[in-house]
Amino acid sequence: MALTAEDVANLARLARIELSEAELEVLAPQLDVILESVARVSDVAAQDIPPTSHALPLTNVFREDELRPSLSREQVLAGAPAAEQMRFRVPKILGEEA
Amino acid sequence: MTVLPYADALAAYDPVLGLEVHVELNTTSKMFCGCSTEFGAEPNTQVCPVCLGLPGSLPVVNAKAVESAIRIGLALNCTIAEWCRFARKNYFYPDMPKNYQISQYDEPIAYAGWTEVVLDGEIYRIGIERAHMEEDTGKSLHVGGATGRIHGADYSLLDYNRSGVPLIEIVTKPVEGTGAKAPEVARAYVTMLRDLLRALGVSDVRMEQGSLRCDANVSLRPVGTSSFGTRTETKNVNSLRSVERAVRYEITRQAAILASGGRVIQETRHWHEDSGITTPGRNKETAEDYRYFPEPDLVPIAPSREWVEELHETLPEPPTVRLKRVRADWGFSELEMRDVVSAGAVNAIEATVAAGATPQSARKWWLTEIARHANEVGVDLEAVGVTPQQVAEIQALVENGTINDKLARQVFEGVIAGEGSPAEVVTARKLAIVSDEGALAAAVNEAINANPDIVDKIKSGKVQATGALIGSVMKQMRGQADATRVREMILDKIG
Amino acid sequence: MTLAEAPNAEIIRQTAVDLATKIKSGELSAVEVTRSHLDRIAEVDGEIHAFLYVDGERALASAARVDAKIAAGEPVGPLAGVPLALKDILTYTGAPTTCGSKILQGWLPPYDATVTRRLLDHDMVILGKTNLDEFAMGSSTENSAYGPTRNPWDTSRIPGGSGGGSAAAVAAFEAPLAIGTDTGGSIRQPAAVTGTVGVKPTYGGSSRYGLVALASSLDQPGPCARSVLDAALLHQAIAGHDPCDSTSIDQPVPDVVTAARSADVSRMKIGVVTELGGEGYAPGVEQRFNEAVELLASLGAEIIEVSCPHFVYALPTYYLILPAECSSNLAKFDAMRFGLRVGDDGFASAEQVMAATREAGFGAEVKRRIIIGTYALSSGYYEAYYGQAQKVRTLISRDFDQAFSQADVLVSPSTPITAFKIGEKVDDPLAMYRNDLCTIPSNLAGNASASFPVGLAPEDGLPVGFQVMAPPLADDRLYRVGGALEAALHSAWNGPLLDRLPDPGALR
Repeated sequence: MALTAEDVANLARLARIELSEAELEVLAPQLDVILESVARVSDVAAQDIPPTSHALPLTNVFREDELRPSLSREQVLAGAPAAEQMRFRVPKILGEEA
Repeated sequence: MTVLPYADALAAYDPVLGLEVHVELNTTSKMFCGCSTEFGAEPNTQVCPVCLGLPGSLPVVNAKAVESAIRIGLALNCTIAEWCRFARKNYFYPDMPKNYQISQYDEPIAYAGWTEVVLDGEIYRIGIERAHMEEDTGKSLHVGGATGRIHGADYSLLDYNRSGVPLIEIVTKPVEGTGAKAPEVARAYVTMLRDLLRALGVSDVRMEQGSLRCDANVSLRPVGTSSFGTRTETKNVNSLRSVERAVRYEITRQAAILASGGRVIQETRHWHEDSGITTPGRNKETAEDYRYFPEPDLVPIAPSREWVEELHETLPEPPTVRLKRVRADWGFSELEMRDVVSAGAVNAIEATVAAGATPQSARKWWLTEIARHANEVGVDLEAVGVTPQQVAEIQALVENGTINDKLARQVFEGVIAGEGSPAEVVTARKLAIVSDEGALAAAVNEAINANPDIVDKIKSGKVQATGALIGSVMKQMRGQADATRVREMILDKIG
Repeated sequence: MTLAEAPNAEIIRQTAVDLATKIKSGELSAVEVTRSHLDRIAEVDGEIHAFLYVDGERALASAARVDAKIAAGEPVGPLAGVPLALKDILTYTGAPTTCGSKILQGWLPPYDATVTRRLLDHDMVILGKTNLDEFAMGSSTENSAYGPTRNPWDTSRIPGGSGGGSAAAVAAFEAPLAIGTDTGGSIRQPAAVTGTVGVKPTYGGSSRYGLVALASSLDQPGPCARSVLDAALLHQAIAGHDPCDSTSIDQPVPDVVTAARSADVSRMKIGVVTELGGEGYAPGVEQRFNEAVELLASLGAEIIEVSCPHFVYALPTYYLILPAECSSNLAKFDAMRFGLRVGDDGFASAEQVMAATREAGFGAEVKRRIIIGTYALSSGYYEAYYGQAQKVRTLISRDFDQAFSQADVLVSPSTPITAFKIGEKVDDPLAMYRNDLCTIPSNLAGNASASFPVGLAPEDGLPVGFQVMAPPLADDRLYRVGGALEAALHSAWNGPLLDRLPDPGALR
């Protein structure tokens, strides 16, 4: 189960973080130790136990299909690192559109 | 790109289809916030912290979207989940503000359904795997590249008005046994779905506006075998025409690969309507890992059986039932009805009849004149640019003698070109039939005087020759004459 | 100069309740009160570094408006004019929200958190934003990208985390009240090591709208104060249903103020959790804990022992669920729409700019947890890690249910040790995580939980916290027990614990 620097690099890619070589060297063993300790959860027999994703069993929380005020365009673009033609300007995208 | 002739492809291989259709719901507000879903607004004016994915924002589910999802599921004969959740689909892309999409994963709200598609008199039963709720992404404009597409662009501009608009994704089970009709069945399915969704009133379902989107999955297997071949997914299929053409193309492309001993690559492909081919998308080394997990910011949805039953009562009649009914109402023959269905013209004709035209005249116009325009430009019937109302108006003008069939074609041209209403086009282009007897008589006289030999033929009993004289008069009148009246006048004059 | 000699001592040493009363009666003006606290901040925060942003002018303007309202006889909230500090992870328009991270340096949110809105609607005065471990990940505030906060009891020591800034501000009398957020103990553990009161409401009790999410199923905003009644009043002000938060509870807020005032524990059944004590717990912590339990017994409570056997799995369960949720919650920090952008030279792709920005903008602990979370959710591992953790979480909840069927509240030390030295544990993530041993189970189960000061550890003279846990929606029981302890202890001590606070600046 040992996590290699390459494993960490792959995960970092998935998470869009460009880790440096130095960081990879330090992180891999740290993460390994953490993962070993969290793996303790598998010591518990829990096959028939339902998972919890909420502390309280709420269901069916909805809102009516009504309009609420939007932000103004100035507010929307206020924090933008770059904007052009009333839109957010981002560097060229290499990946495929979904 | 090498393709095998279609007949050859179908002789050796059996196509299996999978259709994924995304429907944009016509709710007033977005899936998880109260921003407007109006189409065509100025960029980034229908955005709030939630649909912009700002830190600290939280989603709240739109009740109307859930209602629409359930109704769609019921109309597709699905089981409606007693308890289901939303899930996060995690991946990075600039048009997705949170870099995860709130969707549904292994707990869709509707599943295990079926529907029927009628094609050339045969009924195809198509299994529905699931229908689930999710949110739409923003829209990107790619700047700097040649085609405005993503390849070769220098940078992109993002508008998040569309981000968060409710989507329902409908996925079929593998569609088998269609044989050579696969492309038509695919088109017929999407057409039927479009009409069904429109009847439900849950979406504008305009493919050209993006409120109905289709991804076509195609795979081939050697005839007589049963395990599935490798499938490709084709996107950018933006019209009913494209559905049929893209499926047909993929079949021929994959067949060529298999026939030469190669293997089909499992990939996403992009359909090009102009060139009629698919091209590969970016080839990814590894399949995307979406790391789905239940959405912790939302609570489960547990539609009561009472609510589901109430919604069941609101469903319109099923498509096959409806088709039987309108065919009887309209008095069409089986063949006529088939043509109407495969042209995707049922709704259009229904609306045209509702606007006052006879069913036969409606059928005539939609399947001849308008279909011709549609094919020329390469769009669906309903996107040509003439409304059922206008068709009924044109037909009324023919019936009251203002224009004739031939002139009507020019009126259609004018309306499609955006010159105005039918009446306005008739006036502007001066297309009205001349009813002034004086002018007609003058033209008749001229024709008679100019063609003595034809007159002789008529006098000697060859009444068919009148046609040539009528043609001459019509030419003089630039078509704006009632041919029957002209014939009368000619025969009167000649005696 | 000692605290007692400080010119504004009379004002800054008062409780929020007393300040509110005097502001309403006109004995003090809200402006005076705010100014005194701003002066105190100017005096000591150079050393303590509780604040990342002081909103002086706007605070004074707010205070002036409150004074005007009161003068005009208009109705005002119960804590009107009382100043407070806001943990820099809740949005507040007009001030930056940094979450202690470089990636949000200077970010001005265009909307207020619901909690912020409620404070303003209650006519309270926001002094500024307090320091925290980056994105609330940590137990010492050493993970802040803007430098650590120091414990007012000993400025060479940590004030706890992630909400060390809020706790230190309150302990150093820079503000009578503060708002914190608690995901694994981030309100309670700092309260414990600074000798203050910190409460985590039932999950869903306070709105998370505008709280930058760490772990969505665990986060809760809550009150930080120097007295139980002050905390109760603040709790009352911020809690309650919010239609903008689907996970918020649509029921009335439990009557925490009455419970704090009644402070009556007679006939209450108090369960001591077997698994939360023993090895790894400092002797002074255990001693003060046991004394507090005995004190409660002497006040009429029945003490029993309860076992929650799955609590030993709480830490690994938490450190799987939290990273998984936060790896997804933090994906939105991608340089495209707001925040830091690095490496956009006209040639780099969006993907490259995202990766370079997140590398530069996130600190080490954040990166660690994102990577672990990404791993725990990835295909092939989901069932063994995240999936399994969610099941163990159910078992922990069931342990609580079973324990609460025997006792009205459960108690334990808030954290195993007292405040450690700054720098002592930064290189040992696991050792740092163990600070949350006692607090984490309540976040996993979603019940209400609080830390109350019960003395100083004899071996080092540093504050010890006593944790009380109550069933979901029974937040009032926390205040009942806390109030009883406080009354008895103040009587024994002849005043609050913080009377013994050494003057900041004097090194220990």
